[in-house]
Amino acid sequence: MIEFLQMHGPPLLEGLRVTLQLTVGGAICALALAIVAGLGRRSRRAWLRWPATTYVEIFRGTSAMVQLFWFYFALPFFGVSLPALVTGIIVLGLNSGAYGAEVVRSAIANVPRGQWEAGRALNLGETRILFRIVLPQALPMMLPPAGNLLIELMKNTALVSLITLSELTFTAQVQRAATLETVPLFALTLLIYFLLAQVLLMGMRRLERNVTRHREKRA
Amino acid sequence: MIWNWEYALSVLPAMLRAFVVTLEATIAGFLLAVLLGLVWATVRMSPIKALSKSAYWVVEFVRSTPLLIQLYFLYYVLPEYGVSLSPFAIGILALGLHYSCYTAEVYRAGIEAVSKGQWEAARALNLSSSATWLRVILPQAIPPTFPMLGNYLIAMFKETPLLAAITVMEMLQTAKLIGAESFRYLEPLTITGAVFLLVSLLASHAVRRLEVRYAIHR
Repeated sequence: MIEFLQMHGPPLLEGLRVTLQLTVGGAICALALAIVAGLGRRSRRAWLRWPATTYVEIFRGTSAMVQLFWFYFALPFFGVSLPALVTGIIVLGLNSGAYGAEVVRSAIANVPRGQWEAGRALNLGETRILFRIVLPQALPMMLPPAGNLLIELMKNTALVSLITLSELTFTAQVQRAATLETVPLFALTLLIYFLLAQVLLMGMRRLERNVTRHREKRA
Repeated sequence: MIWNWEYALSVLPAMLRAFVVTLEATIAGFLLAVLLGLVWATVRMSPIKALSKSAYWVVEFVRSTPLLIQLYFLYYVLPEYGVSLSPFAIGILALGLHYSCYTAEVYRAGIEAVSKGQWEAARALNLSSSATWLRVILPQAIPPTFPMLGNYLIAMFKETPLLAAITVMEMLQTAKLIGAESFRYLEPLTITGAVFLLVSLLASHAVRRLEVRYAIHR
């Protein structure tokens, strides 16, 4: 047992580090894209709405793995060659961002219309209503689905192993090929992913509590 | 021009044949997910604490770990125990197992939405436990879950390219091989993406119609 951990622990932890980079990098990209595209889809201006809708439909409609392979193998034909880590972060961000945009859009749509009308009656500008009145109420609705998306993103980081990036799954494969200790090795890897998911969920739950407590104080 | 139509058309027949494999894996995997999910959901509601708790953790564990490594696990570990299945069968097994943990949650929500009075009425009529489940609760719990199940069918369809990792010749694997042979990845990979997009859009449209239909009934 101890020998097993001494042998496989360090490389797996190194792989976990790359998995974390992918998760965090992807999540930051996804968050930015989700906000921009989510707001864009609600815009009254067609030149904002159309690109946002096209982006969301394409990245939700094609598979994450196809997107990853396309960016890694097909994009070089346009003269753009990116390293595997960067490709991974970009594709994870683009993919989860498209799902996130729908979360942002539907949360904003669920804020009662009266809130907009009241804002207008108070002679506030549209941007001010959006950022000071509507978004603060939409935020608590966004957090639970955002937590699920974060777990999906974390699980999708395993796909990046298929474009030869040595993250956790790739490392587990390499170690397996070297030692053939398949069962304990894959069981340990699955356990690491599971614990990572639990940590992420705990973080999201704390965030949810903070947001709702903040709101109660104000009320 | 970067895109070559002649080449794209020449690879199209092989891509469409691979699409059939993708569809077969999706349908078989989904059937498994739908049946197994019902098992998880009912075990989770079992009055025996140890049983319901373990079902909860199995579902949580499978749901929060990547499908790819579950796929590898089955692919490398099953033969060690003397179970030799084709990569295609293992792919279906992994897809079905993974998504059964999602459908289990869908069923659970459906079952919890059935009003308590239905359980009490069944007990008052002295129905057996199996009759209560099969004749009273499930017929009311399941139809409202169809739209959600439809969403997971689409999600699963989009995860079938993972089977490429265990050498199943579905669309992505075929695109990759064609690309490697001719050093042109752009056309086969773009066709793959386009087929996924087209099918997903059509399927989401169908799911929206299901939503409308079952919203009226409620």
